Amino acid sequence: MTHKILIVDDEPNIVMSIEFLLKKEGFATETAGDGELALDKVRSFLPDLVLLDVMMPKKSGFEVCEILRADTTMKQPRIIMLTAKGRETEQAKGLALGADAYMLKPFSTKDLVAKIREILAAC
Amino acid sequence: MIATWFVGLVTFVYLGSLFAVARFGDRRADAGRSVMTATVYALGIAVYCTSWTFYGSVGRATTGGFSFLTIYLGPTIMFLFAAVILKMIRVSKTLRLTSIADFIAARYGKSQLLAGFVTVIAVIGIIPYIALQLKAIAYSLKIIFPDDPEALIPDALEALAFMPDSTAIIAIILAVFTILFGTRHLDVTERHEGMVLAVAFESVFKLVAFMAIGAYVVWGLNDGFIDLFQRAEAIPNIAKLLQPESINFGNWFALTLLSGIAILMLPRQFQITVVENVDETHLRRAVWLFPLYLLLINIFVLPIALAGLIQFNGGAFEADTLVLTMPLSEGNALMTLLAFLGGLSAATGMVIVETIALATMVSNDLVMPILLRGRFDFANRKDLSGLIMLIRRSTIVVLLFLGYLYYRSAGEAYALVSIGLISFLAVAQFAPAMLGGLYWKEGNRLGAFAGLGFGFAIWLYTALLPSFAKSGWIDSGFIMDGPWGISLLAAHKLMGLDSLDPIAHTLFWSLLFNLGAYIVVSILTRQEASEAAIASQFVNIQKAGDSVPRIWRGTASAEALIELLKRFLGPRQAQLRLQRYASNRGISKITNLQPDADFVLFAETQLAGTIGSASAHVMVSSVVQEEELGLDEVLNILDEASQVRAHSKELERKSNELEAATRDLRQANEKLMEVDRLKDDFMSTVTHELRTPLTSIRAFSEMLHDDPEMGAEDRTKFLGIIVGEAERLTRLINQILDFAKLESGRVDWEVERLDLSPLLRATAESVGQLFRDKGTVFVLELPEDQQPVWVDVDRDRLKQVVINLLSNAVKFVPPVAGLIRMSLSFADGYARVSVNDNGPGIPEAYQSIIFERFRQGGNTMTDKPQGTGLGLPISREIVEHFGGRLWVESLPVEASNQDGQEVASGSTFVFTLPLAGDDVLAV
Repeated sequence: MTHKILIVDDEPNIVMSIEFLLKKEGFATETAGDGELALDKVRSFLPDLVLLDVMMPKKSGFEVCEILRADTTMKQPRIIMLTAKGRETEQAKGLALGADAYMLKPFSTKDLVAKIREILAAC
Repeated sequence: MIATWFVGLVTFVYLGSLFAVARFGDRRADAGRSVMTATVYALGIAVYCTSWTFYGSVGRATTGGFSFLTIYLGPTIMFLFAAVILKMIRVSKTLRLTSIADFIAARYGKSQLLAGFVTVIAVIGIIPYIALQLKAIAYSLKIIFPDDPEALIPDALEALAFMPDSTAIIAIILAVFTILFGTRHLDVTERHEGMVLAVAFESVFKLVAFMAIGAYVVWGLNDGFIDLFQRAEAIPNIAKLLQPESINFGNWFALTLLSGIAILMLPRQFQITVVENVDETHLRRAVWLFPLYLLLINIFVLPIALAGLIQFNGGAFEADTLVLTMPLSEGNALMTLLAFLGGLSAATGMVIVETIALATMVSNDLVMPILLRGRFDFANRKDLSGLIMLIRRSTIVVLLFLGYLYYRSAGEAYALVSIGLISFLAVAQFAPAMLGGLYWKEGNRLGAFAGLGFGFAIWLYTALLPSFAKSGWIDSGFIMDGPWGISLLAAHKLMGLDSLDPIAHTLFWSLLFNLGAYIVVSILTRQEASEAAIASQFVNIQKAGDSVPRIWRGTASAEALIELLKRFLGPRQAQLRLQRYASNRGISKITNLQPDADFVLFAETQLAGTIGSASAHVMVSSVVQEEELGLDEVLNILDEASQVRAHSKELERKSNELEAATRDLRQANEKLMEVDRLKDDFMSTVTHELRTPLTSIRAFSEMLHDDPEMGAEDRTKFLGIIVGEAERLTRLINQILDFAKLESGRVDWEVERLDLSPLLRATAESVGQLFRDKGTVFVLELPEDQQPVWVDVDRDRLKQVVINLLSNAVKFVPPVAGLIRMSLSFADGYARVSVNDNGPGIPEAYQSIIFERFRQGGNTMTDKPQGTGLGLPISREIVEHFGGRLWVESLPVEASNQDGQEVASGSTFVFTLPLAGDDVLAV
């Protein structure tokens, strides 16, 4: 079964690189450029996993994560937070809000793919 | 007009409620929930306002205009010097002093004789004052029931021989009240909270009553203040009361001084202000609340007086009872009743407190010494506490009976009417000994005797005897002509001084001789050693409980002292206090107490609260053998003590300095932490900004590296992105460094004077490629006729600003028909450069954010601007360095297009720079 992954980031270049990478790895992908679009896409695309940037316009990754986790009516996707802010409090906050893992930018593409597979395997 | 039985009922309900209030206060105190708040305390002090205030002020105002105010001005001014009162409270608490007599006696070597003398003066001065209150009650009854003043008394009682009139009934009720609530404890320093609460209640009642009558007279019977004063002005006799010329400044000063002294020296004021004080911080509220009370109760005095004068103009009327007769003559039963009860409350409050205060003095300082010395073997009885209580209670009855007797015998005589101020004059004689004792160490016992003696004698001769003479009891010739025709000795014109009224005259001469004798004799005679010690304690006291080192040497037996305490305090009370004292000193059993100096003085202080300091000293001396200390020895000990005090002051100063230093350090630390936090935020943001391009670069590089077979098209595209992001990274790092340099002030500015026009033109040309790439039209508007616009700036830095603004503008103009307009103008000493674009504009909410570091306008991915978020902050730093400002004016496109007019659209960034040189300013 092909896993569906939603890539959320406000940097087009980052979105483009991850999309290219994951397609090559055989995942089905969709992208969103801000928090609100991300919420819409989650509901229409029903991804298995969301790669979620933290610092975004309209709604931050934290807010998106919180809203998704509070919505009990839908199938909960896995969430990996991506952020350029390395402080421990940020990581703790993300995990506390219901994210499954946390990747610090810039990341190694191999590590990202490995982390995605690990989390999807646990489903 | 009012039913007799109803007045009687209301009177007894009122008196009954006094008992209830007092009972409530005592119950609460017993339950440990004191009612003695600062407000109750301050209202208690308002016992100062007696029926003499309630009825008499208006009377005074009908003849003396504003002069009635002096009686309230003095206390108000005195309360500005609250430090004096505070010191009295502290001394009294430390030594358990219970009355004025006790206070003065304790200061001057615990002299029983001095205490007795003070007591005699107080009794002679105050009994008539109590009589005046009783008379006020009687008189008000007579006005309400002119036909039968005794109508209140049931006929059945009238048949009894010992029930002469209704005033007597009220006096008896007051005696019962005073005994019940004023002598609950043997130790006078134990408070009478119920009594004080009742007095505070009376204070509120009389104030409300008086103001209600005032309001009734001013707005009910007349048309307000203005109307009243206008009508008064129209009648010459009345109008002259309101003239400033009616003020005699000598008399005003004298009366103000006199009442200012009285507020401290009247026994009832000492009782409430000092003895009943439970917490010295309560004084803080009293300092403004009591003067405010005085102000309120005086507001309507003059209006009532004027209304009365107008109403009874020419006719005969009783000025002192206007408060009562005005509502009565209008047939207003409610107001009449209120006036009667108000006067009653003012009178009863005074009688109760004054009687307690006097009873303490008389029983401790007159009766006790006689009994202790007498042949009754009194001193050897086992338990004297019950007897002491009996004595105090009997004294209350006797004092009230004396007051009643005086009222009955003096009746309508002048002696009674004028007694208020004459009483003030009597207690004023205490002031030199009392205040001198608090502030002048050298003041001594002989000086106090001399001062009081002279003052009292002059008071007798110039104030009391003339009042007797005016009552017709003795020949009045000595008043104006002098005894045996010696005019220099005329009682109202001593030494020919005839410019003062009798009260001011007595005040002047009595205080002059009192103070003079006190000072002169104190200087000429030696202080005893024991007196020097206590004088020092009085003058140096810093807080309640403060004590000088125990100056006492001798031999004593602990058993004898304990026995003494048990006899006077009662075994239970003595046991209790001894136990507390012992455990404070870390001793578990009373019997282990050592009869040292500290214990001897403890015993004496405890006794002082019950029988007065002078008697206490005598009693303690009878069971211990005290060695006489030489004056030199005492002074040595005191000197050491003052050195210790100086040392501790030094320590306190050091500790204060240390605290201040700690505070400064803490503040500095907080500031550092704030700076640190800002820096941390900055670093975190910078890291974020650096990581973002790195993320793309790393991801694409890795994919290119891992996949050698990637298509040429993708490869080119990805490499392009990597190059672009690397450039972005470089730019970012440069700007961060640049910004950091600007912020820390480490930039080398190369300032020169240059003309803005060519600079702008050259800069615009240097970025011309940007415009052409996007097909944007660029317009440069320079001042006409090539006039130079001189400014002093760093050329490269200014170009940096202009390039930044132009490249920002290019980013936001629409891809088609983009238009950028840069213009230069000058006004008010400033050159002004603006860069306008026809882009989407910047919503107001973002207009200040864009100047913050790393903050950019824009919402969505599509209009996310390129750039570092540092360009504008850097530009602003540069412009401000040259004394100018940089800001944005923008209307979002939608807003500007609404009414179809050509409004400036897009964003306009403006900066100003001060013009250089005066020659250019002139343009």
